Amino acid sequence: MNTFAPLQRRRFIKGAAALGAGAALGVPAVASAAVQSGVGSMPVLRGNHFDLRLDRIQVNKSGTPTWANAINGIVPGPVLNWREGDVVTINVTNNLPEMTGLHWHGIILPNDMDGVPGLEFPGIMPGETFTYRFPVLQSGTYWYHSHMGYQEQKGVYSALVIDPAGTPLVQAERDYVVVLSDWMDDSPLVVQNNLKHESDYYNYNRRTVGTFFDDVSQSGLKATAKDRWQWANMRMDPSGIQEPTGPVFTYLMNGKRADENWTGLFRPGERVRLRFINTSAQSTYDVSIPGLTMNVVHVHGNDVTPVPVDQFRINVAETYDVIVQPRDENAYTIFAQNMTRSGHSRGTLAPRPGMQAPVPPYDAAPLRNMADMGMTMMPGQVAASTPDRTRIGGIMPMGVSAAQKERRTGFQEKLDLPPVTKDLKPGVEAQYVLDHSFDRLDLPGDGLNHLMGQRRILTYADLRSVNPGVHEGEPTREIVLTLTGNMGRFIWGFNGKKFSEVGPIDVTLGERFRLRFVNSTMMTHPIHLHGMWMELENGQGDHRPYLHTISVQPAANVSVLVTPVATGQWPLHCHFLYHFEAGMFRTLRVLPKVV
Amino acid sequence: MRGLAAAIGMLVAFTGSARAQLFDKSEFFGSGLGKDTLNGAAPYGNPIADNRVYIHGYFDQLEGRLGDGQYLRWDGQAWIGNDYNKVWLKSEGRYNPGNRGRMEDGDHELLYDRPIDQYFDVQAGVRVDLDSSRTRTWAALGLQGLAIGFWNVEATVYASDTGHYALRTNASYDLYLTQRLILQPQFETNWYTKEDRARGVGAGLSDIDMGLRLRYDFTRKLAPYIGVAYQRWFGGTEGLRREERQKINDVRFLVGLRTWF
Repeated sequence: MNTFAPLQRRRFIKGAAALGAGAALGVPAVASAAVQSGVGSMPVLRGNHFDLRLDRIQVNKSGTPTWANAINGIVPGPVLNWREGDVVTINVTNNLPEMTGLHWHGIILPNDMDGVPGLEFPGIMPGETFTYRFPVLQSGTYWYHSHMGYQEQKGVYSALVIDPAGTPLVQAERDYVVVLSDWMDDSPLVVQNNLKHESDYYNYNRRTVGTFFDDVSQSGLKATAKDRWQWANMRMDPSGIQEPTGPVFTYLMNGKRADENWTGLFRPGERVRLRFINTSAQSTYDVSIPGLTMNVVHVHGNDVTPVPVDQFRINVAETYDVIVQPRDENAYTIFAQNMTRSGHSRGTLAPRPGMQAPVPPYDAAPLRNMADMGMTMMPGQVAASTPDRTRIGGIMPMGVSAAQKERRTGFQEKLDLPPVTKDLKPGVEAQYVLDHSFDRLDLPGDGLNHLMGQRRILTYADLRSVNPGVHEGEPTREIVLTLTGNMGRFIWGFNGKKFSEVGPIDVTLGERFRLRFVNSTMMTHPIHLHGMWMELENGQGDHRPYLHTISVQPAANVSVLVTPVATGQWPLHCHFLYHFEAGMFRTLRVLPKVV
Repeated sequence: MRGLAAAIGMLVAFTGSARAQLFDKSEFFGSGLGKDTLNGAAPYGNPIADNRVYIHGYFDQLEGRLGDGQYLRWDGQAWIGNDYNKVWLKSEGRYNPGNRGRMEDGDHELLYDRPIDQYFDVQAGVRVDLDSSRTRTWAALGLQGLAIGFWNVEATVYASDTGHYALRTNASYDLYLTQRLILQPQFETNWYTKEDRARGVGAGLSDIDMGLRLRYDFTRKLAPYIGVAYQRWFGGTEGLRREERQKINDVRFLVGLRTWF
């Protein structure tokens, strides 16, 4: 357990810093007796001993009855509520017709408790019970899910809330988990099969003859033709930003459809903590609560200096806790629109059950642009938006200032490509290799960038950990992973290779290294590292945020610092289910120190 | 001989040390990625299945070409395999129920398919012309993929055991009028090096078959269409058809269903 000691020290010294942040939030340091932890309409299991059972059941999530994989008979499964410092014992009985494994997302634990069948864990066979047992060394908002095949898509997921050992830094009178998920009636394997044959199968937001003429009337024939030619040349559609999308998904909030309207109650003036967890298989959301300011206080299980925002983007597997303080008797809509604007989930905060507020319209659907493809942009090009009559992904009209243009195109400080990326060649598994990469940490991403002046939107650059990091010192080497893929063939990987074609990345226990991600695809991939934290180098110095999943925008060049705290084989993968099952997966093999 | 053995020995030693150097370099300066090994990487089997075998079948054309001498026309493909190795089946032909169930232009191919770059696959195998005429067998070698501008293209050369060569090309493009209403131009050509009277083909460009189809995607897998097809025969083939008093120009309206699984 020695390996965990530094982590414990860092994560859980909370005294003075806690008071400081509490004051900043306007939160009294004394816990209210009314504090509820991780509740809502979702069933909660508390304690340090749990019995979980996986069954194949019939559910009706979309309006059509179909099969699901349930935890203890429900989808999503029960919320688990642990306590920091406990040793938890979890008996998982597998009644599914296939092997399974439950993974505790973001939890620092011994490798054989990580729950990834195939690595240091044989998987739980049908009819068998496996007992997980490990110490809980951290606190905060996390989640758990099946790490076997496509089981997660069909229901094996839920929230995991760990109460801190001491006084919680973040104080609130109400505390709700908000589990976002993308339910699918179909079989996920059929969907993967469809994507292998026609990767834009689920895209009903393509460019058409109509958008061509819209762009011509706005920006002229020449610019439009040039833009179309560039995309045709790359054989890509800038509207293909996430697959699959709304046509196949029913977006859920705490297991409820938008029309079922999950509701969290409050009394005016109360501070309400909402723990947003994106447990989706393949859906990114833009979250807002019209009429309320959200104070982002806790990200990926770690407290951050509060950031007041109107909207934030949450990629798959990320968690963001916000505090809202409604002061009147009104209802407020919790609105999570899918990034592709092909659907949404929705709930309500209300003083009484049955109340509701208007559901806002979707923001304009983003399109990719040439900066996303790692190119420098010519004046007059691309990626505008609706507010001033310019279209997203249409071409910028005359008279747009350079600053506006930069924001709209997401064109940021240009960074040198690392050698690994430069050496890559386009091929079967790498549709293109970008010419330039950019620092995009202070942009929320396509579809939101152009709204930055009008709304407060969270970016990675805003995240500042309350506690300073424990691991000092400069990294001794840099490991570069270029995110690559071939859209048309639906093959995904790192450095032009899928998982089964390359070996693990070897590192040593306690070694400090830098991981650099360069995204040479047009998707925003959430890259998750098991078993250790990724300290995002976002300019916050010692107060770098500790993250378990990094959302890497197209053409972004982003780095994290890592110090492995346990030996074993730890997956490093894109958390889009259909991407990692298509090869966007590596293992980080943490070897013991040679004495 | 001794000199050769020494040279081979040196070569082995050289490549061996070069490889060792590369490995060391990657350990300390490179990406940190292990080289060419999955040793010990997945003791209990793979955590993901990125080499799965998928299977699909589809009809680009399954249509009735209407009018005098109307017939059924199909052009379908199917494949099974993983990302790098596929078996590909193609079949096209015309079935004429009015003319005593005569089948024409039967072209059936069984191919091995391997991707060679971002957009194109190489295909090699056999073609059998199997219909109501004399059966012919060919070796086939072709390219299939996505050309600049989103054109789906195929080009295959064929060689028969009797020294005949042939070329078949096909190209189509999906123009999205709306999200579900799609206009598809399509253009096929057939070429032969030698005359084959039994099958009614002459040397040179034999025929073109072009179509313009307007389909509606109720789902991506179920899209009825209407359209117009134009066929024209040339050169030697044209001459043979004239002898038989057959048309050398043929324009037909068509209704069909584009479907796949």
